[in-house]
Amino acid sequence: MASIMNSLYNMRLLDDLSQKDTFVHRLHPLVKLLATVVYLTVVVSFGRYEISSLLVFLFYPVLIFAFAEIPVVPILKRLFIIEPLIIGIGILNPIFDHQFITFYGIEFSRGWVTLFSIIIKSGLTVTSALLLVATTGMDKLSGAMRMLKIPRIFIMQLLLTYRYITVMMEEVARTLRAYSLRAPNQKGIHRSAWGSLAGQLILRTFDRAQRIYQSMCLRGYTGEYNIGRQSPMNLYDLLYLTVWCLFFIIARIYNIPFIIGSFVTGGI
Amino acid sequence: MHMADALISPAVGGAMWAATGVVAVYSIKKIQDDLDDKKVPLMGVMGAFVFAAQMINFAIPATGSSGHIGGGLLLAILLGPYAGFLAMSSVLLIQALFFGDGGLLAFGCNVFNLGFYTCFIAYPFIYKRLINKGITAKRIFTASMISTLIGLQLGAFSVVIETLLSGKTELPFITFVMLMQPIHLAIGFVEGLVSAAVITFVWKERPEILENASMGVAIGNVSIKKVFIGFAIAVILIGGVFSLFASSNPDGLEWSMYKTAGKTELEASTRIHDILSTIQSKTAFLPDYDFKTNESEIVTSTDIGTSTSGLVGGALTLILLAFIGFGINVIKRRNKLSVK
Repeated sequence: MASIMNSLYNMRLLDDLSQKDTFVHRLHPLVKLLATVVYLTVVVSFGRYEISSLLVFLFYPVLIFAFAEIPVVPILKRLFIIEPLIIGIGILNPIFDHQFITFYGIEFSRGWVTLFSIIIKSGLTVTSALLLVATTGMDKLSGAMRMLKIPRIFIMQLLLTYRYITVMMEEVARTLRAYSLRAPNQKGIHRSAWGSLAGQLILRTFDRAQRIYQSMCLRGYTGEYNIGRQSPMNLYDLLYLTVWCLFFIIARIYNIPFIIGSFVTGGI
Repeated sequence: MHMADALISPAVGGAMWAATGVVAVYSIKKIQDDLDDKKVPLMGVMGAFVFAAQMINFAIPATGSSGHIGGGLLLAILLGPYAGFLAMSSVLLIQALFFGDGGLLAFGCNVFNLGFYTCFIAYPFIYKRLINKGITAKRIFTASMISTLIGLQLGAFSVVIETLLSGKTELPFITFVMLMQPIHLAIGFVEGLVSAAVITFVWKERPEILENASMGVAIGNVSIKKVFIGFAIAVILIGGVFSLFASSNPDGLEWSMYKTAGKTELEASTRIHDILSTIQSKTAFLPDYDFKTNESEIVTSTDIGTSTSGLVGGALTLILLAFIGFGINVIKRRNKLSVK
């Protein structure tokens, strides 16, 4: 129950945030989608022992947080919920990596380096995906996908799923609330109600889909779905994409934190 | 079982995106051929249902824990494999975008692991074959149980392969398999029980939904051969292209091999590559090739100066970041106040 209400809250929050009117929100959705994809690919392409080079990639989320006026806490909260699931696979690295390194006299398994690298990478990738939705919104993002020639039928059912998720979650939450009122102090749904509880929901879903289809037909649905015209990209949009891509590529090739460090410590 | 971006490599992610793309395009074509425009709203709403239904806790008797439904098989049974696969993809995409549950680059992997095996292997080859003899409660139970178990086992094995091919974890193959398969056997067992209960209920209340589906009215028959050929071509093409890219890339597998061996093939490659490798060898903080020695040997980071630069630089980058972030916030707030 709590998890459903949390998810509902999370979706509405990202929806609300995507309605803001900042410079980042006004950018063309395709540009933001492409920048995110390039960012993710570059971050993920780093080797497993990389740590310092990755730090400079924090610039992207930090600047978007700041310019798009996205609150940091709810996004980080989401990240902290997800992070343990990702770390779960990397957590055994320190045990299975039998090679050791010494760093300033401290000896540790090389697996710690890979684990730390995974933690940074997952933080960067999860945050950037959430920021994409928080600054663009699902409708505009679907428009961008349409521009990438993703078939209309897929976009349409994606948008329908998205739109009905909140409706269905509310329905599931109501059903579970009704169940818990009739079966207090019970953890989960009892075996005797497994089929009927979820099954009833499925039947209701079928009926709902039928009603939706009929109302769509009444409003002139012919099997086509119009998402509306996308505004063309302007110079700012292209500039935004170019600058970020250049930055990502440079940061991929050169270890910028190291260069800064060498400069300060006189290492060069 | 959702895979995150941080655990895959661009080559594996790209190849699985391509594979999923091929299967998705084929499924879309099949649905369009059906000319059943009722199907799209049904797919949309059923996807939303699965999304919400995954959050229902089904109490497992005598254990105190609870199980969930996965959704892939249920969608295949209620909508047919093509529509089920697409609906599952939408659910996974929304989970990735709004919840960070499974990454965008790993989206192809996730759709494949959770959607392909259930809709295109478990459903047509196990569920449908067992049910074809005529629907009975017993057959529904057996069919859902076996197909859920096999679908999940294949998915879990696929996670192992994709993760190991990406090279982000140190887990040995056998250990990883021994971790993943038994866990998913237990999960699959519970999911099978729940699916069987749900499908039996739907069959008793509205038999026409299942009968239409099993007769293939809105499904069409799966031509698994075409799907597989397309899938294989996509994987080979994208995997190949990305591997080529990786070999000219400073952190690719080839490069670390070259650094380890210190010679051969790649030495003769492009000048850019040489420049890149020189820069990388000068700059990389805790570079992997430093440690590629004998298993038992303790390796020391020889150049303390290099490490210091990395540490200091990293710290300065973070300070700079915090400064910029707060700076923009302060300026924005001041601007807003002055407007008011």
